[in-house]
Amino acid sequence: MQTLKIVVTGPFSSGKTELIQSVSEIDVVSTERKISQEAERIKQQTTVAMDFGRITIDDELILYLFGTPGQRRFDFMWEILSEGMLGFVVLVDSTRPETFREARRILDTFRSYSPVPYIVAANKQDLSDAWPPEDLRIVLHVEPGVKVVPCVATDRESVKEVLLELLYSILELVDEE
Amino acid sequence: MALKGRLEDFGITQLLNLINLARKTGTLYLEGAQKNSYLCFREGKLIYAALEGVEDSLPVILQRANVFTAEQVRMIQTNMAGRTDRDIAQVLITSGRLQQQVVVKSVRDAILDLVYQIFSWHEGQFRFEPSKLPVQGKITTSIALENVIMEGSRRVKEWERLQDELPDLDIPLKFAERPTTPLRDVNLSVEEWRVISFVNPSNTIRQIAQFNNMSELQIRKIVYSLLQAGLVEIIRPPRPTVAPASARQVPEGMPQPTAAQMQRPAVKRGIVQKLISRIREL
Repeated sequence: MQTLKIVVTGPFSSGKTELIQSVSEIDVVSTERKISQEAERIKQQTTVAMDFGRITIDDELILYLFGTPGQRRFDFMWEILSEGMLGFVVLVDSTRPETFREARRILDTFRSYSPVPYIVAANKQDLSDAWPPEDLRIVLHVEPGVKVVPCVATDRESVKEVLLELLYSILELVDEE
Repeated sequence: MALKGRLEDFGITQLLNLINLARKTGTLYLEGAQKNSYLCFREGKLIYAALEGVEDSLPVILQRANVFTAEQVRMIQTNMAGRTDRDIAQVLITSGRLQQQVVVKSVRDAILDLVYQIFSWHEGQFRFEPSKLPVQGKITTSIALENVIMEGSRRVKEWERLQDELPDLDIPLKFAERPTTPLRDVNLSVEEWRVISFVNPSNTIRQIAQFNNMSELQIRKIVYSLLQAGLVEIIRPPRPTVAPASARQVPEGMPQPTAAQMQRPAVKRGIVQKLISRIREL
């Protein structure tokens, strides 16, 4: 049995758990706790360890989706989660510019962990105050050639597109070999 | 789609940089802690600016530029009451009382003065309305934002902010592959030129500071402004490849890969295609 791993990262409350839930064939194994810090009380619970979703490809191949903890004080988990990953998705809440700087930091950190393909998913594109993906590319300093794709993390089809775009990027690199 | 947010989270420099790089047309409305303002842009160039409490009629702008006296301004305002700035300028120029380049320079300087005031705003709300240009009857100009950003950045004094933007000094810089403006058209200070002269993939930012006997604060300020103006770029780690870990070679001088990098699985085309097919079916 071969297992592959894609990591979904991004700032606190960017929608990582929802994204994994949208496509996982199992209930997402999620370690969530009530938010304790006042500043982070945007939602009732947050992921403190990791989210864990699964997509069975065939009898011999399973794809796991790992979501990183959103709060900065759990970033010691990031490098552990990034071990052996096939690629990663940086999920950004397009309606919350106050998180863009943190998204940039996370992006740089993950890029330094492992030279694997990645994409940026601009979440909540269904909302009227969402920043367009092309503007997020500029503010997050995303390199040319790296995709910034629109996304609605609660919409299965949209999440499928995100994963497919990442896989297409991986495929392009395989073909370049 | 309107861009909006808080200046605490997304500063003036970043906004102008975005408007410049995205070549946006529209108006940026700012609600500061004490005043409101709006800046108009066409194709990424600043064309007009207004600030609450600052008179922006052409005669007053010309008075502030010492082109006209207060008495002359009063006469113009009396004789041409109800006329737009464009009409006033046309009359003054055709009557020979004013040269066109004086008008252009005065308006340009007035706009820049105003924008530099706004650079000090670190609190408030902003929203960008695409394609909306409330400049009817006004004299507009076209100011490349690179220099504005450079100058505005010089005025940004927050050390913490700079440190936040540029946390690591042990990385090299390179000249932007596609600079948004030619270097010769940019007004650099002596200190900025000294830094520019050392920009080379073999020099880290810290080394450039040491060569020029600059403090961390000085070098952060300068590098930050050069980055924001799009003149230089940070050299990132090399683009990823999917070569097997065992076959990957680390270029001389680059950091050794971490354990995570070594354990990254080599993946075959067929497996990626299987993943794609399965996810399409979901």
